Amino acid sequence: MTALGKGAALKNERCYEEVGGDPVTQNACKLCTPLGACLAFRGVAGCIPFLHGSQGCSTYIRRYLISHFREPIDVASSNFHEQTAVFGGSAVFTAGVGNVLRQYQPAVVGAATTCLAETIGEDMERLVSDLQKANPTTVPVVHVSTASYRGTHIDGFHDAVRALVAQLAQGGAPLDRVNLFPGMVSTADLRHLKEVLEDFGVGYTLLSDYSESMDGETWSRPEKQQPGGTPLADIRLAGRGKASIEFGRTLAGRETAATALAEKFGVARHLVGTPIGIRETDRFFDVLRLVSGRATPEKYQGQRGRLLDAYVDGHKYVFEKRAVVYGEEDLVIGLASFLSEIGVTPVVCASGGRSKRFAESLREAVPDLPAETVVREDFDFADIEAEAARLKPDFLIGSSKGYAMGKRLGVPLIRVGFPVHDRIGGQRIHHLGYLGAQELFDRVVNTILERKQAMSPVGYSYL
Amino acid sequence: MSDSEATATVDISPEELREEMLAIYPPKTKRKRQKQILVNDPDAIPEIAANTRTIPGIITQRGCTYAGCRGVVMGPIYDLLQIVHGPIGCGFYAWMSRRNLARPKPGLPNYMQYSMSTDMMEEQIVFGGEKKLRQAILEAYEIFKPKAIAILATCPVGLIGDDIHQVAREMKDKLGINVVAFSCEGYKGVSQSAGHHIANNEVFKNMIGLDDTPDQGEFTMNILGEYNIGGDAWEIDALLKKCGITLTATLSGDVNYSQVCRAHTAQLNTVMCHRSINYIAGMMEKKYGIPWFKVNFLGADSTAKSLRKIAQYFDNKGLTERVEAVIAEEQAKLKPVRDEVTARCKGKRAALFVGGSRAHHYQDLFADIGVEVVSAGYEFAHRDDYEGRHVLPTIKVDADSRNIEELHVEPDPARYNPRKTPEQMEALKSQGFTFEDYEGMMKQMKKRTLVIDDISHHEMEKLIEAYKPDIICSGIKDKFVVEKMGVPCKQLHSYDYSGPYAAFTGAANFYKEIDRMLNTGVWKLITPPWEKPS
Repeated sequence: MTALGKGAALKNERCYEEVGGDPVTQNACKLCTPLGACLAFRGVAGCIPFLHGSQGCSTYIRRYLISHFREPIDVASSNFHEQTAVFGGSAVFTAGVGNVLRQYQPAVVGAATTCLAETIGEDMERLVSDLQKANPTTVPVVHVSTASYRGTHIDGFHDAVRALVAQLAQGGAPLDRVNLFPGMVSTADLRHLKEVLEDFGVGYTLLSDYSESMDGETWSRPEKQQPGGTPLADIRLAGRGKASIEFGRTLAGRETAATALAEKFGVARHLVGTPIGIRETDRFFDVLRLVSGRATPEKYQGQRGRLLDAYVDGHKYVFEKRAVVYGEEDLVIGLASFLSEIGVTPVVCASGGRSKRFAESLREAVPDLPAETVVREDFDFADIEAEAARLKPDFLIGSSKGYAMGKRLGVPLIRVGFPVHDRIGGQRIHHLGYLGAQELFDRVVNTILERKQAMSPVGYSYL
Repeated sequence: MSDSEATATVDISPEELREEMLAIYPPKTKRKRQKQILVNDPDAIPEIAANTRTIPGIITQRGCTYAGCRGVVMGPIYDLLQIVHGPIGCGFYAWMSRRNLARPKPGLPNYMQYSMSTDMMEEQIVFGGEKKLRQAILEAYEIFKPKAIAILATCPVGLIGDDIHQVAREMKDKLGINVVAFSCEGYKGVSQSAGHHIANNEVFKNMIGLDDTPDQGEFTMNILGEYNIGGDAWEIDALLKKCGITLTATLSGDVNYSQVCRAHTAQLNTVMCHRSINYIAGMMEKKYGIPWFKVNFLGADSTAKSLRKIAQYFDNKGLTERVEAVIAEEQAKLKPVRDEVTARCKGKRAALFVGGSRAHHYQDLFADIGVEVVSAGYEFAHRDDYEGRHVLPTIKVDADSRNIEELHVEPDPARYNPRKTPEQMEALKSQGFTFEDYEGMMKQMKKRTLVIDDISHHEMEKLIEAYKPDIICSGIKDKFVVEKMGVPCKQLHSYDYSGPYAAFTGAANFYKEIDRMLNTGVWKLITPPWEKPS
């Protein structure tokens, strides 16, 4: 290919300034806002995500989420047509939600907007009140505004979680409970977090919990949809928690579920980095110890100790290796922190997100990150590939979307995050906590060993 | 092929099941759905309310206009640089998400690996996106220097009033290459079908006919509506080559821009997916005098039938003999696997809900191995795809269809060249040869099979409970829920990332996969020992 990537030299700076961004995005490193909202809603027990707009959005989003999770997900739509686009969608919203209520008997309906609804200026609060007038229901209809031209899938995810607690949580006497808002993590991560909370012996609201609803069992009897998810009752109780823990350093200064609970009910917010690797996980466990008032269970001493022991065993294979890290901003920060503590230098840290806090948050989390590491938000895969071609990393770490780049560059790809649609088990890659770091570490080392073995003419069998 | 004696063998009556499916709907929804769920009679085909709007909140398999245009018809033209104008999601979702494979000819680029988007931000929604689109085209041109560029619109574009056709004209003048805009905003039409039509119109107006250089072969033809999923087009191409037939263009599967521009030089158009591309077939007939007829290369017996029809059209002794020799050779090669699989699969029952032609075509593959189809339906087809083209004059044009331009086509003053003389056409017709001839899915399905258009999740669940089919063919959105219920589900959009299934060679793959899916032991492990009666 002549055009491997845009590269710095090809950047038309004048264009960039005039249109407030790179004019053409080539293989985006982000997905659309309502996708994140649909996933967040599907992590609520009995919730049907509902997209207000063209049916194509729900179809594409289902198709995409399913390719990663290999699980069914129903996303309803108000099925806009030309006339609806001109005259507004109140009638189709009422009819659509009515049909969902009848067919699915959901516990909650999670309504998110699409670009179409946002462009014509649909007022979701009014639509929900129209719906209540036309078709009174006791099923809560939570709504969130998710124009894709205002953010990425991660923004949609966080905004949907915020909408859930802002519209459903109730106040009252404080309880011995904590709220945990981990963001968009894997189903294995969610299961691990639940185990941690249970081991600490503290009541909790974990939102959004799609560990079962998006990674479930075969059914022994017909179901309307995959069981599992955060119970509505737990979301109601979030206003009475002792504290909220939220993952994601780039969320500082942004309105989130935890800030909503802090404002409305005075629930203290603790923002920590996505706990990948020892340092960020230590910080999470510190906060958990503090807010729960309980000692860290011994089990985790063991996990941490074994992880450190593995770091020592594997160090000779990974130190001084160089990596390109890409994906959602907070995932990249966590991965960079983990990589740098095992001796790997992240030479590129890139995301399609646009939080405007990425570089600052990353350098805060990874003070030992070299100054010359390329740290960029609003990057696409052409940008990433151009940098990777220049910097010649030992491996790439990120979603399946880096496959073609890795193939062209002849560099192995370690699949993490979302979407992973060219491997089985993409939905249950474990990243978080000491145990998650253990799995990541083993995979990183083994990727390097496998390559070393494959490339070696000698054929070493003990490594 | 209809045989009214051969009725579908199911335990509960299709009428009863239909009532059960409709029972939960409120009156208005029920009135609409009951016209889309029908008990078939191939001798008196009932009218189906296909290509009507999906009811809001009924979870559908259908996609949008943009998907039909960008994803289906335009996506496979591998050296056409396609820029999606809109916010990021739509561009991203069309990034290699269909399995339309390509092996570019030497020296040609493959842009299918790229997802180019203007990634619209709020500024563009408020102040207009034409400027960013122009800049995007210039930047993309600077990087790739493509032969031609397509601009594909997503929902907000029409609403904010960006004139993408004007931008296309400007850029065409400025860059000196073909730049074509597609107003395929997602909300137009009732499904992806509208997008197919829009793509057909623009390809016909702005690409086909640009290059009059014919192929060198003695017998040249196009296949329209073959998208090379899993390499199907490669199998068909190889088979035709073996017979001595040259494919000028496959629209659109592993095809390059210049092949599309030369498509009007072929001697014949054959149509695989009638739904998505019959428009181009009809327009090429009118403008250039190229006749078309329907073929199906899915299923060994259908492949043989299609080959024979093509040979009959060309009316050449040598070709006919070669075709017969190839059929005999391929059928003989296929026989052992076909017999072996048939022995294990005969009498099993399948249901297919997919596409605008696939739910029909794959019935022929199932017929090859004795699997009975108890129910089928399309996602986005029209009445003619169900009932046959003879109903075309009686189809009511509703507001949604009226949105899509119907091109008025006249014979090309210089290039209209009927491939057959009126006498030859008459001679063919007198032998029972048919042109422009799709008889639809229902004609071929057995009496009292259940035909369900745009099936919903709820209806699928009822169907599984009542009919307990041994296998369901559908797409990724249904696959996993169907398998949760213990029924294997074959994806016929992506082929579950396998294939090819077309022609004789592909048929063998399909037989083996269906055999594997029907006879795997995994379903027997579902109940754990502690839940089994002792």
